[in-house]
Amino acid sequence: MISRRRFLVAGGSGLLLGGCDRLNNSPGFRGLLRSAEKLNMASQRLISPRDALAREYSDADLSPIFRSNGTAMPGTPDYARHLAEHFANWRLTVDGLVARPLSIPLATLRGLPARTQVTRHDCVEGWSAIGKWTGVPLSRILDHAGLSTRAKYIVFHSADFIGGKPYYESIDLIDAFHPQTILAWGMNGRLLPVANGAPLRLRVERQLGYKHAKYIQRIEAVASLADVAGGKGGYWEDNADYEWYAGI
Amino acid sequence: MDEAAVIAEPAEALPPAGAPRRIAYRHRLPTRIWHWVNALVVFVMLMSGLMIFNAHPRLYWGAYGANFDHSWLHFTGRPMPGWATIPSTYNLAAARRWHLAFAWPLVVGLVLFLLTSFINRHAQRDLAPRANEVRPRHVWHDIVQHARLRFPRGEAALNYNILQKLSYVAVIFVLLPLMILTGLTMSPAVDAAWPWLLDLFQGRQSARSIHFLCAMALLAFIIVHLVMVVLAGPINEVRSMITGRFRIPPERAPR
Repeated sequence: MISRRRFLVAGGSGLLLGGCDRLNNSPGFRGLLRSAEKLNMASQRLISPRDALAREYSDADLSPIFRSNGTAMPGTPDYARHLAEHFANWRLTVDGLVARPLSIPLATLRGLPARTQVTRHDCVEGWSAIGKWTGVPLSRILDHAGLSTRAKYIVFHSADFIGGKPYYESIDLIDAFHPQTILAWGMNGRLLPVANGAPLRLRVERQLGYKHAKYIQRIEAVASLADVAGGKGGYWEDNADYEWYAGI
Repeated sequence: MDEAAVIAEPAEALPPAGAPRRIAYRHRLPTRIWHWVNALVVFVMLMSGLMIFNAHPRLYWGAYGANFDHSWLHFTGRPMPGWATIPSTYNLAAARRWHLAFAWPLVVGLVLFLLTSFINRHAQRDLAPRANEVRPRHVWHDIVQHARLRFPRGEAALNYNILQKLSYVAVIFVLLPLMILTGLTMSPAVDAAWPWLLDLFQGRQSARSIHFLCAMALLAFIIVHLVMVVLAGPINEVRSMITGRFRIPPERAPR
């Protein structure tokens, strides 16, 4: 009797689970699930004023230890050299669909008027940490480079590799020109630590942590994401099917 | 008895002599549709939610919370077993796709049900507890009757008893809205648009904890609900939720 009941329970849940896993692997059903990403983005944009600010906290709210995630130390010889030089020769390249391609020394970036914001970093895994970020508003760099009207996305190319593939991320122009979107070179009142993306990382405060590319060397303005790396707009999007729009 | 809530079927309203047996129309169409949509949607939300929990199985109070911070609940590894999660092997990205897609029928279904139920007065007539029902003595009497597995029979079986009303009201008006609002509070974009959510739940990590606790309360409700359906006569109960028609259990013989 017990064995039969066990058999039925195991069989029943096996059937249900097998069904869910099969659906999960079916391209058509995955496509249906994926369409929710567009719906989520459209509805979140609908309720958000373009410049709605993420909450800014006070210094008293800072996480005692800010957890770092992803790459903690890009292991390339190139990065090791930059680190040894204290990033004295690090430059930010701005290219793609811009009128004036730029190559900005890090020292120049650090000398530009900066924005400092104490914000919450939300990881896709569920945890949150509060940090204080100082950096150049991205809009200032893009205005200086002169975006083409054909540019729809800004791509951030990082110096780190995960599993041999270069890390990159992308955002659209609404987030690129948001007042809290900055290229941060400082954290918690000091220069950005290596584990948190030294010498330069993105803060895009209305999206999840994996959008905040670290170790940024190059910014590229593009009309479409299809031709960049795997074509889905980011390392995790290409390699693990995470959402490109990470507002939730 | 509330006449409007129960529309007797004329053809079957005449009880055959000696065997009082009546079929009543118990659940209206919106209730039945919403019930079965939720049976699927809540099941998917719970199981994909448990997989998302597997990604960081720690819970905190306050605005922030990560590995170095104090957690009030803390598992190691991936605590939720494969038979309880969607998908059955660890995959945060896929679980999020399921969770954030099925959230839509959950939200839309709840809003439509609430609107319909206030307009057709299902909420006021069948769900709202009456003053005499919430007297401690009445509630205690119902608890004792339930504990003895003596469920209402005859005409009384057509109305929700006070324990049913309280649990349905708790799920519909408290648990489900809390699930949705705390879920939205975990979204950094929604927090920017609606910062009052962060004040309401005292921070994103508090919202995440409340989200988890409400999910466990919902799971407890579902388990008790299924047990009660089995005890109260599963065929009659399930049929009434499919066709709307419910066979009224005959009165007990007087003792």
